Order: sequence, then C-alpha cells, then structure tokens
Amino acid sequence: MQNTIKKLFKRTETYIFLILLALSVLIQVRSGQFYTPNNIVDIMSAMIVPGLFAVGAFLVILSGGIDVSFPALASLTAYATTKMFLDMGYEGNVLLPILAAILIGGILGMINGFFVGYLELPAMIVTLGTSSVFKGFMQGTLESRQLAVIPAGMKSFGTSSLFTATNTQSGLSSRLPAAFLVLVLIVLIAFLILKYTMFGRGIYAIGGNEAAAYNAGFRVKRTKFLLYVFAGVVASIAGMIRVCMMQQCHPTNMLGMEMNIIAGVVLGGTVIGGGRGTLTGCILGTLLIVLVENSMILIGVPVVWKDVFVGLLIVIGTAISAYQVTRSGRSKGNRKQTEEVA
Amino acid sequence: MAEKLKVSFKKDSHIWRLLIIMVVWFLFMAITKGGKFYSLVNFQTMFSQFPEFGLMSLGVMVCMITGGIDLSTVGIANMTAITVALLMRNAGSESGSLGPQWFLLVFVIAILMGAVTGAFNGILVSKCKIPPILATLGTGQLFTGIGIVMTNGSAISDFPKDYAFLINNKVAGIPVQFILFAIAAAVLVFLLKKTTYGKKITLLGSSQNVARYSGLKVDWILIKTYLISGICSALGGMIMLANYNSARSDYGSNYTLQCILIVVLGGVDPDGGKESITGVLLAIFLVRALETGINRFPQISSYYISLIWGAVLLLVMVLNYFSSHNIHLFKKKA
Repeated sequence: MQNTIKKLFKRTETYIFLILLALSVLIQVRSGQFYTPNNIVDIMSAMIVPGLFAVGAFLVILSGGIDVSFPALASLTAYATTKMFLDMGYEGNVLLPILAAILIGGILGMINGFFVGYLELPAMIVTLGTSSVFKGFMQGTLESRQLAVIPAGMKSFGTSSLFTATNTQSGLSSRLPAAFLVLVLIVLIAFLILKYTMFGRGIYAIGGNEAAAYNAGFRVKRTKFLLYVFAGVVASIAGMIRVCMMQQCHPTNMLGMEMNIIAGVVLGGTVIGGGRGTLTGCILGTLLIVLVENSMILIGVPVVWKDVFVGLLIVIGTAISAYQVTRSGRSKGNRKQTEEVA
Repeated sequence: MAEKLKVSFKKDSHIWRLLIIMVVWFLFMAITKGGKFYSLVNFQTMFSQFPEFGLMSLGVMVCMITGGIDLSTVGIANMTAITVALLMRNAGSESGSLGPQWFLLVFVIAILMGAVTGAFNGILVSKCKIPPILATLGTGQLFTGIGIVMTNGSAISDFPKDYAFLINNKVAGIPVQFILFAIAAAVLVFLLKKTTYGKKITLLGSSQNVARYSGLKVDWILIKTYLISGICSALGGMIMLANYNSARSDYGSNYTLQCILIVVLGGVDPDGGKESITGVLLAIFLVRALETGINRFPQISSYYISLIWGAVLLLVMVLNYFSSHNIHLFKKKA
C-alpha cells in the first residue's frame, strides 16, 4: 500500500490531478459555481476539440517529434469539406462529411509523414512549413471566407446532445454534445494502439532511442509516416467537430491553438524529447489548460490576464518536469555507477 | 579562379543558392514589372520594412546556432513597444513633444528590457534545463499576456508623433530603420566572426557535452545568447512601433514563423552547430523582396505569400537533404 502511494507520487499525473483538484476547490470557494452540473458539462464540452488535438499532438511528441501544423491542417480540411458538401447541396447525415474529412486529413498528414519519416527532416521546421502551406492554400487557392451555413446533417450532429444538465439555482442549463463520444472513442483507440499494437510500442521505442528502435527491428520510417497520418486524421476530425459545434465555419479561428495544446500535453508529463508520457497525463494536462482558460472569470480574474496565467503555467510546469527529468536521470546515473562498483 | 569558385560553391552552397534565387527573382521582376519595381522609393520602402523582422531573425539565428530556438521574439518585441509607447505617452503629455534626451532614454530602456527578458529565457534554458522550444513558447505567451494586461488588449497610438517621425526619417536617402538594423547586424558579425563567442556557440551547438568538457561555461554562454536575442527582438519592437505608429500585443504574430523560415533559408542548421550570418542577411532581404514583388501583382492574393514561404522552406530543406546525402539529381559524367 505504502509502496503504491510512493509510486503514485513519483508520477507527474498525480501532481497535475492534485493541482486540478486544488484549482477547482479554489474556484468553488471563490464563486460557488464550479461544482454545479452545468459548469461540469460546459467544461466537458469545452474539452472535446482541445482533447482531440491533444491526442494527436501527444502521439507525435511521444515519438520524439513535434507537430505545429495541426490547427492549419484541421482548418483546411474542415473548410474544404464543409464547402464541398455545401456546394453539392448535401442533405444526408454527418458520416459522409466526416469520412471525407478523414480522407483529406490523412492525405495532408502523409505530406508531414513523408518529410519527417522518409526524408528524416526536423519535425519542427517541416510542420512549420506545411502549416504555412496549408494556411496559404486555404486562404489563397480556396479563397476561404466565413461560411454562415453548414450542411443540415452536420448542424444536427453539432446540436444533438447526450443529456442536458441544469443548474437548479441559476436555472442555466448546458448540454453535452454527442461529439463527446468521439473524443472518448479516439482516446480509447489511442490507448489500445499504444498498449497493444507493435505500431504503438514502436512510437515509444522511437521516442526513447531511434537507433535502438531501428536495431530492435522497428520500421522507424514507416512508423513515423503512419503516425503523422494518424495525427492528421485525428486533427481533421477535431476540425470537423468544431465546425459542427459552432454551427458555422470560421476558417481562421483555430489557428494559433497549437501552442496551448502542446503546452497541455507537456504539462501532463510527456517529455518533449519523446519516449515517456501517458495518455492520462496528456488528457489531465489539457484539462488543466482548458480549466484555466475557461474558469478565470469564475474566480474574478479579468480575461486580459489569461495569457499571463497560461504562460506562467507553461514556464512553471515545464520547469518542474524538466527538474524531475534531470533528477531521475541523475539517480539513474548513480544507480549505474553503484552497479558498476558492485 | 575557376577552381576557387568551385570550392566556394561547394562550401557555401546555401549562399550560392540564395544568390541564384535572388538573381532569378530580380530578373523576373525586371522583365515583368520593370520600373515599377526598380524605383528608389520602392527600395527605400523595402529597406524600411525588413529591419523589424530582420532584427528578430538575427535573434532567432544566434539561438539556433546553439541548437536552441527563440519563439518569444514577437512577445518581447510587442511588450517592449507597448512599454515604450506608454512611457512616451506619459512623458509627452506634459510638453506635447519629446526632447532629444527622451529618444536616447527609450532606446536604453528598450535594450534593458530586451536584456532582462532574454536573460530570463536564458536562465530557463540553461539553469532550469527546460527545452528551448517550451521555455520560449511559455515566456512568449507570458510576455504577450503582460502586453495585453498593460493595454487591456487595445492598440496604443496616442503617444507623441515625434518618435515615429524620427525613425521614419531618411539620412542621405537611407531609412533610419535600416541604419539601426545595419548597426545591430555589424555588431553581431563582429561578435560571431571576430571574437571567440562565435566559435563557442557553434561548438555548443554541435555538442553541448563536448563544449562542457572543453571547459566552456555553457550556462553563461547560453544566457548570453538568449540575452542577445532578447535585445534584437526589443529593437525589432522599437522599429515596429515606429512603422505602425502604434503598439498592440498581437502585432506581427506571423513573424515567429517567418523568422525561423529566414534562418533556415540562410543555411543555419536547426539542430545547431552551423553559423551563417551572411546567408541569414541575404535571406532576410530575399524574403522582403519576394513579398514586395508579389504585392506588385494585384491579381495574386496576398494569402499566397504564406503558401510560397512554406513551400520555399520545405524545398530548401529537401535540397539540403539531397546535398547532405550526396544525392545528385543530375548525374555528372565521371
């Protein structure tokens, strides 16, 4: 028992969870509005899109890479798909648009995967470049502008709710969109991939040590390629869900999300060099960022302070995890030395 | 001579590549637009526009030579511009215009702010061992946030016009912005080429461990590097303040990407260990010339610029890949 607790306190996830708990209690004390059914549901629905993005970003960071192109990729996919189905006068349900988005997102992901996987170029620079290309293609070639109407099927998917939670005191009610199930599904798929497939173990192995993974027989290039395709697919689903939930397609308002998502993933204990990190941590870290962004008003902090707090959170959070890495590295080094001595 | 040229072509292939792209582009502009592009006014405008992101690129360059990166440049630039604008507004309200001693003072303050913020980045990277991407990502957001808090998110433009007037001036036909840029670039060239600092950061970039074992004070060098980057960014912010004649926390948000693009185009290895200030200076000018040139074609949407930049960046990376793997697209006869 004591051992499990000790182990638990060595993990970043525990600390993130405690910080989340403390923050929520603080908000509750200050406003009395946190532990109300509608606020919890609001936060859950605010988690859907960042959560999906975070899963993609998490897998890429886990492999030792980094992807800053996913907002541009998602924007381009969502805009192209919505426009295409609008022009077709599509009347059916949401499945076909989502499938089309998955296809487009997969192809765009292949571009990233080709450069990073097969040409072995630095992921940061490649995805910065493709991000710029996707944005330029969307705004230049497709001449994107805000679409106030979206196909009926997508609209009904965005408004359909699993259940509605009402706050008895204030009378405010919030609904949980059906899209939340997609987040659950994607997280489950990512979990199964990471835990039970060769591909998933390969991601960990490549992130830990690429040369060693290659020598152990992992197909490094192909794994990386598939990984970026998967990340592209997840990001495009997120983009489509965002369009459905907003009931309109605003092409540029997802751009710039990448930094906060990556920050959330890293806060959750994923090492930026790759090889270490858990899905639980990734989701908890993202939740922390979403919570800080959404609940500032409830504590009575003006909205203008948002960036200051998120920035501080990133700096302090990464400093702590960097400290943990160096400490564990040092103790590992010591252990090695004692082993040698023995 | 031919032999010498051949050696230099092989050694500085990225510089030659940039020169070729530039010559082709200038020829193309000469044929299609002629006098409209090649006018003194057009070149003066170009030379007054590129210093703002040029200075930031120089900052990103020194960081990238050490194998790091600085994503906080735009944040530092905006925060500095906002502070200086607020300061001048308060100072100017008494007399209406600013005395010459104020201009000196605001630049000293800007440099100090750049130094402090840069040193903060440097401490996070060296002492706290945070990966540079994350450290500067976080501080970038922090500085942007502080700027938003100071301005409440709106633009500040009611500061004395004397400042913008002075910077937008021309000395003997040369824009003041460019003179500031040239001074900063000259200092950096001196630091990189004539002092041991350049060699030290290059060594640091190729291997931090080797640098440490060779007795270099790695932490101190890193702090110094990010400090230089901070000062460059702050000066870039001062020029932005003059060019826009206002300060706001979300100005120039696409400069982060653009700076990285310029530095990679200039031939600096993102993994560190390769110094190429000539290439970066060329790339700064090339990027501006490309954009100004494209703007001359009204039928091309300005949104294509980001597509072209991204494509150029990827193309350069692929070319680097081919040349570093010794793959020749056109096989030479043995």
